[in-house]
Amino acid sequence: MSDIVLRVAGVNKRFGGLQALSDVGVQIVRGQIYGLIGPNGAGKTTFFNVVTGLYAPDSGTFELDGAAYSPHEVHRVAAAGIARTFQNIRLFPDMTALENVMVGRHVRTKATALGAILRTRATVAEERAIKQRSLELLEYVGIAKYADYQARTLAYGDQRRLEIARALATEPKLLALDEPAAGMNATEKVALRSLLEAISRDGVTILLIEHDVKLVMGLCDQVTVLDYGKTIAVGAPADVQRNPAVIEAYLGAAHTNVATKASA
Amino acid sequence: MIVVAAVLLALPYFAGGFGNAWVRALAFMLLYIMLALGLNIVVGFAGLLDLGYIAFYAVGAYTYALLASPQLTQNFAWIAQAFPNGLHISIWLVIPLSAGVAAMFGILLGAPVLKLRGDYLAIVTLGFGEIIRIFLNNLNAPLNITNGPQGITLIDPVRIGSVNFTGVHDVFGIAMPAVYLYYYLFLVLTTITIVICIRLQNSRLGRAWMAIREDEIAAKAMGINVRNVKLLAFALGATFGGVSGAMFSAFQGFVSPESFVLNESIIVLAMVVLGGLGHIPGVILGAVLLALFPEVLRHTVTPVQMALFGQVIVEAEVLRMMLYGLALVLVMLYRPKGLWPAPEHGVNPVVQKHSRLAA
Repeated sequence: MSDIVLRVAGVNKRFGGLQALSDVGVQIVRGQIYGLIGPNGAGKTTFFNVVTGLYAPDSGTFELDGAAYSPHEVHRVAAAGIARTFQNIRLFPDMTALENVMVGRHVRTKATALGAILRTRATVAEERAIKQRSLELLEYVGIAKYADYQARTLAYGDQRRLEIARALATEPKLLALDEPAAGMNATEKVALRSLLEAISRDGVTILLIEHDVKLVMGLCDQVTVLDYGKTIAVGAPADVQRNPAVIEAYLGAAHTNVATKASA
Repeated sequence: MIVVAAVLLALPYFAGGFGNAWVRALAFMLLYIMLALGLNIVVGFAGLLDLGYIAFYAVGAYTYALLASPQLTQNFAWIAQAFPNGLHISIWLVIPLSAGVAAMFGILLGAPVLKLRGDYLAIVTLGFGEIIRIFLNNLNAPLNITNGPQGITLIDPVRIGSVNFTGVHDVFGIAMPAVYLYYYLFLVLTTITIVICIRLQNSRLGRAWMAIREDEIAAKAMGINVRNVKLLAFALGATFGGVSGAMFSAFQGFVSPESFVLNESIIVLAMVVLGGLGHIPGVILGAVLLALFPEVLRHTVTPVQMALFGQVIVEAEVLRMMLYGLALVLVMLYRPKGLWPAPEHGVNPVVQKHSRLAA
């Protein structure tokens, strides 16, 4: 059964006295945009960091595209096919936009130091292909005109796009985005949304952490809601939105009645 | 390009007019360029601050010194028996061997410091440099391997085919002292070093180094095996130090631990930083300036003072350190990215947009 791209179950993670995640899991079907939401401190980013190998989990099973993978070394997770972006953008600031994306091709190419020194035919061809593909990706996310600009000189929204292009360059089976809309204004959010829809249409499965409930509700096929490190709801956005536990987590217990009344 | 090549080829004949000491200084300058370019791989490309780089120069120098001098045959009977004519290693072996041995030491240093950054890395590498020097200083007992502080003498000069790099040679009717031959040999090696550095910089590996320098976590998330890539930076950086050291050893005919003190590491680092961290032409400029500067000073300070005051008030050596310090302070104040930094790509698109609106 490989029409489930990511199957993660039973993840526990403890930081000292804090149980940051207890028995959290997700199943993401190929082609989905999967949302992971929850109030501040719910454990979204922790879960995300565990799945992408940045934090070692205390327990849990991890399967990508039908094959088990071990989330203990970040670079292996990337090689296995999960590419991520960061909540607080982490580009290579002094490299150009193009070079940033070219770094993304690293894991799918194989030129060696010796090949580079001797400039073998295979290395030259590969280098040309890397550049070609990277330019296409910049075009795809809509910032090709800034290819030769240093990443740190790009506007905020464009930096987000560049980070997505760099992640796509690794040919991911799963594109994991950590709050891509954070700090964006309404116009930028609309543009981001259409980019994510385009990426999804082109066959990349997306896992999305987001604070902006409106964006998640409009975009995602399926969401998981976390609160205090526990899964409190899973389902289609419309159903989850009506779930009393979710309303309570977001608004507090006192508002539960009001909210149910309002939706009724 | 051709003009530069012609100038570099003619340079010893021009400089030689003022005495062979100048050609010697030029040859040393080339060795320093190689060293600075090697260190630039580690510090400039991969962003790993290395304060013990001169250790690789020492490793290369002693590799050659031990294999091309009577040191080992005099002290070990079994080696003397194995090589009745003495140890004389060919230059074609020296270059790969010294590169290989230095690379091994590079990995030896790199492996334990993989997780260190910045200040911590600087301290460990500084310690490494000192450890190598102190080893060389003390490996004369119980077995006399390095001859301790007295150093190793009678090291063979370079020999290519039937040309021995001593005395004066007659090349197509032009008199060519040995020091000129060394200059040309070093020029060839330096050119190869530059080509290798440029090719590495614009390669998959070069980009991986820079990615690590810019943001190690993001580099990992892009699937870069940070451990291997860092080790490669240490190993490849060390090879240039090793080759340069072997050449130094042949050129001098003598090596001792005092050529490899911390101060030398710092001078090579200063060349890289002063010229332009991570920018190959800048690094070369830095090496040229800092390598030739003391020579120029040595030949001008005394005569100028004699002419002006009739006596020497400030020694060249004292003045040199003062000017070094001043130069570094000024560069850090006014050109924090070095004299010739990598060009900035693009201007801030946001600023550009605003200025267009304003216009």
